[in-house]
Amino acid sequence: MGIIESDGGHLIRKGEGVDLEMTANVIEVNRLEHSYGSVKAVDDISFNVKEGEIFSFLGPNGAGKSTVINILTTLRKIQKGEARVNGYDVAKDSKSVRKSIGIVFQMLCLDHEMTVCENLEYHGKIYSMPKKERKERIEELLKLTELEGKRDTLAKDLSGGMKRRLELARGLMTKPAVLFLDEPTIGFDIQTRMRMWEYLREIKREGTTIFLTTHYMEEADQLSDRISIIDHGKIIVTGTADELKNKLGKDLIYLETSDNKTVAEILRAIESVKAVTEDTKSLRVLLGVDVTHVLPLIMEKIRQAGIEITTVNIKKPSMDDVFVHYTGHGLREGEPKEKEEGIEIAGVME
Amino acid sequence: MNFEFRAIYWRDMLKFFRFKSMLISSLIQPVMWLAFFGLAMSESFDKLTSVIPPIAGVQNVDYLSYMGAGIIAMDVLFSSLFGGTSLMFDKKYSLLRETLASPVPRYHIILGVGLSGVTKAFIQTSMIIGFGKLIGMDFFMGYTFTETLIAIIGIFLLVGIFTLGFLFLSGSIAITLENPEGMQSILTLLSMPLFFVSNALYPVDAFPAVLRFLSMFNPLTLLADGIRYFALGNNFSVMGIHYMYTSADIAISFLGLLFFALTMLATSLWRFNKVDV
Ligand SMILES: Nc1ncnc2c1ncn2[C@@H]1O[C@H](COP(=O)(O)OP(=O)(O)O)[C@@H](O)[C@H]1O
Ligand SMILES: [Mg+2]
Repeated sequence: MGIIESDGGHLIRKGEGVDLEMTANVIEVNRLEHSYGSVKAVDDISFNVKEGEIFSFLGPNGAGKSTVINILTTLRKIQKGEARVNGYDVAKDSKSVRKSIGIVFQMLCLDHEMTVCENLEYHGKIYSMPKKERKERIEELLKLTELEGKRDTLAKDLSGGMKRRLELARGLMTKPAVLFLDEPTIGFDIQTRMRMWEYLREIKREGTTIFLTTHYMEEADQLSDRISIIDHGKIIVTGTADELKNKLGKDLIYLETSDNKTVAEILRAIESVKAVTEDTKSLRVLLGVDVTHVLPLIMEKIRQAGIEITTVNIKKPSMDDVFVHYTGHGLREGEPKEKEEGIEIAGVME
Repeated sequence: MNFEFRAIYWRDMLKFFRFKSMLISSLIQPVMWLAFFGLAMSESFDKLTSVIPPIAGVQNVDYLSYMGAGIIAMDVLFSSLFGGTSLMFDKKYSLLRETLASPVPRYHIILGVGLSGVTKAFIQTSMIIGFGKLIGMDFFMGYTFTETLIAIIGIFLLVGIFTLGFLFLSGSIAITLENPEGMQSILTLLSMPLFFVSNALYPVDAFPAVLRFLSMFNPLTLLADGIRYFALGNNFSVMGIHYMYTSADIAISFLGLLFFALTMLATSLWRFNKVDV
């Protein structure tokens, strides 16, 4: 295969051994801003998504995730900034963008009165796929999403997880270069969610780039190659899950003592302690080095000050810690009320 | 040229034939109109007007045949006027999202929905003509085979244009409004004057001048007149009223309906291009 794209100043060669290191950007976003009236939903966002990766936007409800997805999928007009998907400008060449992508919307939107096959068939038809190609693709996708036994079942008779899988299959009908998923597992139990992750990994293995939004820590952590934490319309930090965690420190100690305030001061004076935050009852101590090297010293210093330690808890920084560290708040308080906004009541939102 | 509108047509027809209740009611409804309203009214009208001497030298048509044309017009009016409602539900339950997010131009959606509406209208028209003939409606009396064929094509053409006009109107309302209740009341409000200020079910000759004047612009009148021209001929009398249609009359029916349909098409294109996902 020769030059597959020479748009926007970059040149990509595939499979020729040239520049194999340099992976192409399938999504490029530059200084994107978006307002609804006086509400600034997206505030000066820039990021790139590389070919073949799973990229996540992790953020609470109202962070601006859907707005970004809607702009990238050309469902919303871009107001300020630039965005290219698969090399095409979303403002100037929305038709080419649309042909390059698959979408799984935040809300369920299947035709409940049509069967699994018919839903896929319709999608293939509106994207002008030839009949033979449609038939073949439907078989592949039914297999991938394990819906073969349900091909003639009306969509309304599927379970929630199956409906989502059907939407996934539909998003992949046209073999898109990028698959967009807006909170694909919202409201599902953990088993269903993990199963969904498996499908997404499989899709990634087949070479599809995936851009997804989520407010589930584990989803960003376990599924994504790279994550952007987004809050109040801004990207706070971007990196791989490990990078983000390592940036926080190597280890994390939770301490409960008889005098947290004094202990915090003592610990801040230690060189290998990166940060100390005081919660109501406990102290969070982020370490720049391995905990084994510094724990004896910490214990010793606290004992010397005559303060009693009631609890010590050691762990690696998690995505939760990363999130709290960068946004200054947990995701919990921002969690959507799933009863109200879960996918089952499509159409109520927005 | 793209043919994606066929996908939209395909989906609409698939669901039309899948919902047996929808299918059956759309077939039964015109028959009910004829059977109950038509027979009952024609009995009493014919009784009342039997004292009026028929006009000499002109073919006299009974009321059933006269109103048969009106029933076709009424029936397709109601189904097309309310036909856009499904679009509102599609929008409300995000069904439209998939299509709106695809590369398909918006006018294909309008075209697809329009075509399926026309198909349904043709089915209903055939039902009324078929059942009407069965119960003694005098459509195509004394016509040769070719004349009958031309008449049927003429009727279907008029019905098609008329249906598109009202479907576009109803689709525009559906895509603009947010809730079905609002749509319901607007449509009911619209259907009242359309229904009564027309010659679909009775001659307008006794109407006050203003209403008679208004009725000339009513698409329902244009359609009913057009159907009568094709089904009953250009010179007949009913209830002592002499009907004569000239070529100009039928041209006005066609052009008027065409104008109406094109205006509504423009309106719906404008509304559909506005709709946000
Ligand atoms: N159609 C809209 N009209 C007005 N405000 C909106 C609209 N959609 C989203 N918003 C606002 O923009 C902000 C970001 O919303 P959204 O992009 O949906 O966030 P997320 O998907 O991360 O939950 C929120 O404050 C939301 O209330
Ligand atoms: Mg959202």
